[in-house]
Amino acid sequence: MKTVFKRTPTYKDVPTHYCPGCGHGIAHRLIAETIDELDIRDRTIGIAPVGCAVLEYDYIDVDMIEVAHGRAPAVATGMKRTNPDKIIFSYQGDGDLASIGAGEILHAGHRGEQITVIFINNAVYGMTGGQMAPTTMLNQVTATTPSGRTSTEQGYPLQVSELLAVLPGTIYIERCALSGPAGVRKTKKAIKHAFELQLNGAEGMSLVEVLSPCPTYWRMSPANAMKWIEEEMIKTFPVGQLKG
Amino acid sequence: MSTAVNTMKKKNAAQKQQAPKKADTRILMCGNEALAEAAIIAECDAYFGYPITPQNEVTAYMSRRMPEEGRVFVQSESELAAINMVFGASATGKRTMTSSSSPGVSLMQEGISYLAGAELPAVIVNVMRGGPGLGNIAPSQGDYFQATRGGGHGDYRTIVLGPSSVQELVDCMQLAFDLADLYRMPVIVLADGILGQMMEPIVLEKRPGRKLPSKDWALTGAKGRQQNIVRSLWLKEGALEQHNYKLQARYEQIQKNEVLCEQFEVEDADIVVVAYGVAARIVRGAVTKAREEGIKAGWIRPITLWPFPTEQISKAADELRIFLTVELSMGQMVEDVKLAIAGKSPVVFYGRPGGGVPTVDEILDKIKQLTLRHDIKD
Repeated sequence: MKTVFKRTPTYKDVPTHYCPGCGHGIAHRLIAETIDELDIRDRTIGIAPVGCAVLEYDYIDVDMIEVAHGRAPAVATGMKRTNPDKIIFSYQGDGDLASIGAGEILHAGHRGEQITVIFINNAVYGMTGGQMAPTTMLNQVTATTPSGRTSTEQGYPLQVSELLAVLPGTIYIERCALSGPAGVRKTKKAIKHAFELQLNGAEGMSLVEVLSPCPTYWRMSPANAMKWIEEEMIKTFPVGQLKG
Repeated sequence: MSTAVNTMKKKNAAQKQQAPKKADTRILMCGNEALAEAAIIAECDAYFGYPITPQNEVTAYMSRRMPEEGRVFVQSESELAAINMVFGASATGKRTMTSSSSPGVSLMQEGISYLAGAELPAVIVNVMRGGPGLGNIAPSQGDYFQATRGGGHGDYRTIVLGPSSVQELVDCMQLAFDLADLYRMPVIVLADGILGQMMEPIVLEKRPGRKLPSKDWALTGAKGRQQNIVRSLWLKEGALEQHNYKLQARYEQIQKNEVLCEQFEVEDADIVVVAYGVAARIVRGAVTKAREEGIKAGWIRPITLWPFPTEQISKAADELRIFLTVELSMGQMVEDVKLAIAGKSPVVFYGRPGGGVPTVDEILDKIKQLTLRHDIKD
């Protein structure tokens, strides 16, 4: 019998703690596949965020560090500057990257740090119980926007990738969506390209924003969460290559 | 025995004749630049920092010298970022440091707590200035509590070194890097605005360091081994408790092995003045003057502020004497002095906050005032 698909070795064969229908598992697998395909497991260091993916090192089998909320781009800077031969990637959620870590990501991009950032945007704070994130959609009901987000009270959803794309220090920014097989394949291609840029010594930061479902805190079935990305989220966060 | 002594004398005399006159290798440097060069001599791989007075000479010096040595210098966007850059570099096994002054070190506390939790070595220099808040840029010792009590959240300690001269500041840098690597924890060098700015003749040389364990925990890419994980999160029931016991055992070892303090004419003293850092220099002058005037005074100078020389001070208090603690603050280390003495002798405090620096005569007056009050002793 011919094997047409198998678990990539760097993605550990263990159950994850993620909720049913969550996008983190898919994103982790795409990173692990990329690492194996590029054969860089023994020179890669990953940075786990504060958020649902804090235990990322339990799933991706490379050297990993877990850092303070939002500080991954600064930690990545310290690692890459002292280890230019290593491949450094950070994995950050929307609260981590776009709220508490807005300064760190902006300045890592501004300095043109040669790192790869995987930015998971699911429009809520997952781990703390579904509070509003900077990327929460207008009218979206969350634990801290019980009547829905309004532009006058909480501001508009923050488009971080668009902000970062104008910096000369960023070389590649693409927004993808995990909302179906085609989206997953595009995301994989983008992640791989972002790693390849670093591998080839391209001078600047690369970032892939991944629109990812959170059925639990969107109060939806996993299938409806996928639909919501395609029908709602993409209106505010259009997919496509923003830079590079 | 006498033969042995004679032989030694002869040998010394012979050496004296033969040895060429040793050149004076001292150079004049301000504290901030000297500590930076000392870090380079101590093989610091990477420096990350953000400008703040009165330690700007460190950042400026490193921006020139680190690239010259082929090492890493990054001016960060904030102290938060600086300490997290240190966190990242340290996790890969590199020797790394940052420096700042009081308000900046407050911002670094998050990172210092994470360094302690993740068992990562790092050196943090605090050239203290007046506070609270933005305070001023004058010298102060107002961050003693912050430095010696952990400073950030959680159950942890940092080693704290309190040098009192530019030479000692230089010597503390090598020691700080060694202790950080040996015990896998952040080490704070607690200086102040005077020490950072003043120039003194110093000798800069590589000294033999400690025997250090290999960094097999470092993140270097999982080549031919299982993945390494650096973390401070311990979610499983009981895991964090065990982690805290492990850290505590290390802290107890440090308290046993690493206490440094200096004392002067304590044995017959009626009054012992306890001070560290730049305050200890002023105290030294006051005690010398007091002795000249026939007052039996001595001093104790803690060099490690944590671990604190509790035993040494306690021992000095076994005989009833007056203890005067002098600080450039409203009284912080005095609490450790009181804990050490545990009521055995009276402890009095004299200090000036917010950039005020007491003079030798001010302290001498205080010594006189206290020693004339025989009722305390009797």
